[in-house]
Amino acid sequence: MIPAVEATGHAAAGVAAVGLGPSIAASVLQVVAVLFGGPLLVGLMAKVRARAEGRIGAPIRQPLLDVRKLMTKERVHAEHASVVLSIAPFVVVASAAVAVAIAPLVATVPALHHGADLFVVVSLLLMGSVALALAGLDPGTAFGGMGSSRAMAIGALAEPALLVAVLALSIQAGTSNLPAIVSATLAHPAWVASPQRLLALVALVVVVLAETGRIPVDNPSTHLELTMIHEAMVLEYAGPELALVTLGEAMRLGLLFSLVANLFFPWGIATTASVPRLLLGLAVLGAKTAAIAVAVSLLEIQTAKLRLFRVPELLAGGFVLAVLAVITGLVTR
Amino acid sequence: MTVALFLGALGLGLAGSLAGATLPARRRVFAAAALSSMACVVAFVGAGEVLLSGRSGAFSSSEILPLTGVNLLLDPLGALFVATTAVVGLAASCYSVGYAGNSLRSRSAAGLLPLFLTTLLLVPAAASVATFMVAWELMALTSLMLLLVEHRHRAEAREAAQWYAAMTHVGAAAILVGLVLLVGHRGGESFADIAANAGKLSPATRSLGFVLVLLGCASKAGAVPLHVWLPRAHPEAPSPVSALMSGAMVNLGIYGIIRVGDDLLGGGELWWWLVVLGLGAASAFFGALSAAASTDLKRLLAYSTIDNLGLVLIGVGAAGALAATGHHRLAALAMLAALFHLVNHSAFKGCLFLAAGAVERATGIRDLDRLGGLVHRLPATTALFGLGALSISALPPFNGFASEWLLIQSLLHGFASRSPATVVALLGGVAALALTGGLTAAAFVKALGIGFLGQPRSPAAASAHEVAPSMVAGMALLAVPCVLLGVAPGLAMAILHRATESGLGTSSPGSLHHGLGLDLAGLDGAIEPVLLVAALLSALGLAWGVVRIVARRGARSAAAWGCGRESQTSRMEYTATSFAEPLQRVFADVLRPDHDLDVTHVAESRYVIRAMSYSGQVDDVIERSWYRPVIGLVKAWGSVARRAQNGSVHRYLAYSFAALVVILVVLA
Amino acid sequence: MITSSIVRRLLALRSLVARPVTEQRPRPTGPPHVVRFPGSVQLRHVDVGSCNGCEIEIASAFGPHYDASRFGARLVASPRHADGVLVTGVVTRNMAGPLRRTLDAVPRPFAVVACGDCAINGGIFAGAYGVECDLEQIAKADVAIPGCPPDPTAITEALRGLTGR
Repeated sequence: MIPAVEATGHAAAGVAAVGLGPSIAASVLQVVAVLFGGPLLVGLMAKVRARAEGRIGAPIRQPLLDVRKLMTKERVHAEHASVVLSIAPFVVVASAAVAVAIAPLVATVPALHHGADLFVVVSLLLMGSVALALAGLDPGTAFGGMGSSRAMAIGALAEPALLVAVLALSIQAGTSNLPAIVSATLAHPAWVASPQRLLALVALVVVVLAETGRIPVDNPSTHLELTMIHEAMVLEYAGPELALVTLGEAMRLGLLFSLVANLFFPWGIATTASVPRLLLGLAVLGAKTAAIAVAVSLLEIQTAKLRLFRVPELLAGGFVLAVLAVITGLVTR
Repeated sequence: MTVALFLGALGLGLAGSLAGATLPARRRVFAAAALSSMACVVAFVGAGEVLLSGRSGAFSSSEILPLTGVNLLLDPLGALFVATTAVVGLAASCYSVGYAGNSLRSRSAAGLLPLFLTTLLLVPAAASVATFMVAWELMALTSLMLLLVEHRHRAEAREAAQWYAAMTHVGAAAILVGLVLLVGHRGGESFADIAANAGKLSPATRSLGFVLVLLGCASKAGAVPLHVWLPRAHPEAPSPVSALMSGAMVNLGIYGIIRVGDDLLGGGELWWWLVVLGLGAASAFFGALSAAASTDLKRLLAYSTIDNLGLVLIGVGAAGALAATGHHRLAALAMLAALFHLVNHSAFKGCLFLAAGAVERATGIRDLDRLGGLVHRLPATTALFGLGALSISALPPFNGFASEWLLIQSLLHGFASRSPATVVALLGGVAALALTGGLTAAAFVKALGIGFLGQPRSPAAASAHEVAPSMVAGMALLAVPCVLLGVAPGLAMAILHRATESGLGTSSPGSLHHGLGLDLAGLDGAIEPVLLVAALLSALGLAWGVVRIVARRGARSAAAWGCGRESQTSRMEYTATSFAEPLQRVFADVLRPDHDLDVTHVAESRYVIRAMSYSGQVDDVIERSWYRPVIGLVKAWGSVARRAQNGSVHRYLAYSFAALVVILVVLA
Repeated sequence: MITSSIVRRLLALRSLVARPVTEQRPRPTGPPHVVRFPGSVQLRHVDVGSCNGCEIEIASAFGPHYDASRFGARLVASPRHADGVLVTGVVTRNMAGPLRRTLDAVPRPFAVVACGDCAINGGIFAGAYGVECDLEQIAKADVAIPGCPPDPTAITEALRGLTGR
């Protein structure tokens, strides 16, 4: 229910007031967890695919090994590029890290939780996408431009679905403050099965597939430049910059999976910043995101990549579902 | 004190105009710019005083205008618009010193620019119908003449001026008729009298009056479908004038709607504001989509103005609808969000237009398909354009993000309204807002990435030089509020509160805390951009430090990887047209691009082709499908009427006699 | 119709729980190579003029039976992402320039892997009219995989030498 305008304080079941130290500790734990856990999720998805193909496949920690090796290589800069190409990897990682730090992943009380708005997280993700798109255009190559064009077109269609799905959740909880939405869902377990949540979940899954560049939107392991969307923007990066971009993308994937897990199934998240609760929250988060990663990988195995000009139809479907979620929420209020 | 400051500002503006028209060529631009800058500063101080103290300043005199006199009242709502115009005007004046090429150096141009600025300062302070209309018409005429400054060099400028003249005068006529209807029989044409008598008019009269004023003001603000003059006029005007038009003149359309609807008519009916919301939603979507499909840099910015003003109209409509259904706190929040977005839009759009003008001055090109590589040749301009582009794409921590967040919050909490019509309209507004976010980002990545990054696509772009320091200073002046209001939006909240109260008439104390961030008291929602900036900078610093420590090998410069191809020229780069092609294809039903394929066969056989020529363009679909048929009808009617003019004096005398007889019969 | 598609999908997922068909980790047959990229090596394959026999063997080496990816090796699309250039075929006139540009684009340190007899010494095409030069004259091969075409086991063993797994 939307609270009366005159009410003061947080609308939902209270987000506990926590000191600065513990909340910063919770944030740091989240960043470290996603920094290492994101690549592990990517490795897990690759492992599931390999097993489905009947082979052993690379170990789950392979992406971390790749990043470690890339740090020892030299940096190569394209001749006609500007400072944008050099700065973009740092912007991708920094925006992903800040989004992870303020979102309620392990605990509902990370640092800055008063200002941890869902739209802030969405905009930080957009910041990373824009930085990468500009970096694709900077060297002046054909593939970079192609990647940027496709990524921005798909982003332009995924953003509306994301915003409206987020709005559906915000209307139900009465606020768009992320920790408050999670706390409210914990306090009202029946919300999880409500029709607007389920519709918003489907819409968000479509958006997450588009934002993380998985099949059916994009093939993350393709070698054919004409089929690339995300890969084409990073063709110019070498060594440490490539490591940063890979890490940043893995952190975005970890963040999106964790948000889907915690917004729709928040049990297990720590509501205070005590050490045992945090560790439990971390373990539960790992289990939930691993389950989501396996589910996404199974979906990828079963589906073929969509032709580029059919992707907007998928995203439009997601948008319609998100609008339906909002309408359902308003009607059943 | 306020009155003295404001009148002083007007006087300085007129003096600047006089200086521009009379001084010799070498001095006139500088003198006019200096005087109009002083006028802007004085006006800003006066408006600031009104906003900070809450006291309005009034002035009236019955001598300046015959029959009606001049009636001025600067209340907080008007003062907000005056302050915004003053900042944009200061930047544009400073910029015009370096920009003045042959076209702006002429007596008429140098004299008209300060006059245009003065009328822009005058309109928000007008407090009677006559003063308002005189100021409005002067604003339209001066901008029209400034638009024609380059008509000798470009035919498009003439065409743009024709469209602009026709639409702005039809709009002004509509506003005049609407205001006259609201004055009614009882006389008293000052705004105070209209507000006092509004209750005595019949609802039909009130509605008709509002709708006419809405049509005129919405056309000025570029609301779809009355927007067709905007993408023609804003690109063709000289850049300081474009910045003033997009950053100050279109705001006055919103001002008119708020003044008449909320202030004079005291809120009005629900359906008025639902119409405003609908216009806003349509403008936002159409503007963003057309911007994403445009390949002309200034036309892209003009469509983006339509988009942002659409968002402001969504906020104004939501505020009016919520107020009409009794949710006054939420209405104040929506109005605050709309005004905040208006102020932010003036800042970043002004900066963007001045930067586009700098590019045009340095390269002579407006077409994105022929620009590129300007980041190396024009670093300051690129940086300032980039800042404006990031602000308009609503990325934290810039001001576009703060105002869009506030707008989304006001719509989100507005869903609490019990009126189903309001809720449906808010849903449409939210959908339009969501759609524009991604499209705007795509449009500005295109503008920045294709126009400024990469390799130059034409010799003119390859040999550009950085522009004069006064131009860079003008752009930088507008970039400051982009950063300041983004990092600390709470600073502007007290001022916006006053303006909202003065506009809506409801006092809503403390619905926003006055810290550095934004905090909706009573509703759950807050952002802290300062802390966000601190976190981002520390994350950037940490990442950079880690890379410095861990990555020991150096860096090397090499050719860009192009699959081992021998030559990597600028012909192989993506152009703006190709960048926009996926979006254009998705929205082909809305944009209806024009394709033309011309195939020439060899004489001997139809199966062998000698040559093919393809041309495609995206023009304004509303202009093509709605306006051209109307223009065709008007022309047809004109040619029918011409048959009555056959040059015979006897027939004309017969017409006069018949008219006289008819009048006598009617009067009898 | 629906049940048959569900059954098909379930059958496809059967391999997830079944034993993988990959062969056992083979015992190394020669002396250990110098491990340059512990745990992870990415290779950019360049065909400078081969008959595609080596390509089929390379595809087989990354396939389910030999599965070189379990040792940390991977093929990548851009030389900027690569640690090694996997060269197959004899250096023809038209591909000499692109090969040089590819080698220039790879970030140091990197390894050149000459796969097949053609890359090592020209093989059966040595001295033909389309051949520009030996690979030695453009880049010294760090790892050589002899054979026409080389066995996928040999290819896998060479990659294991690079990653040390």
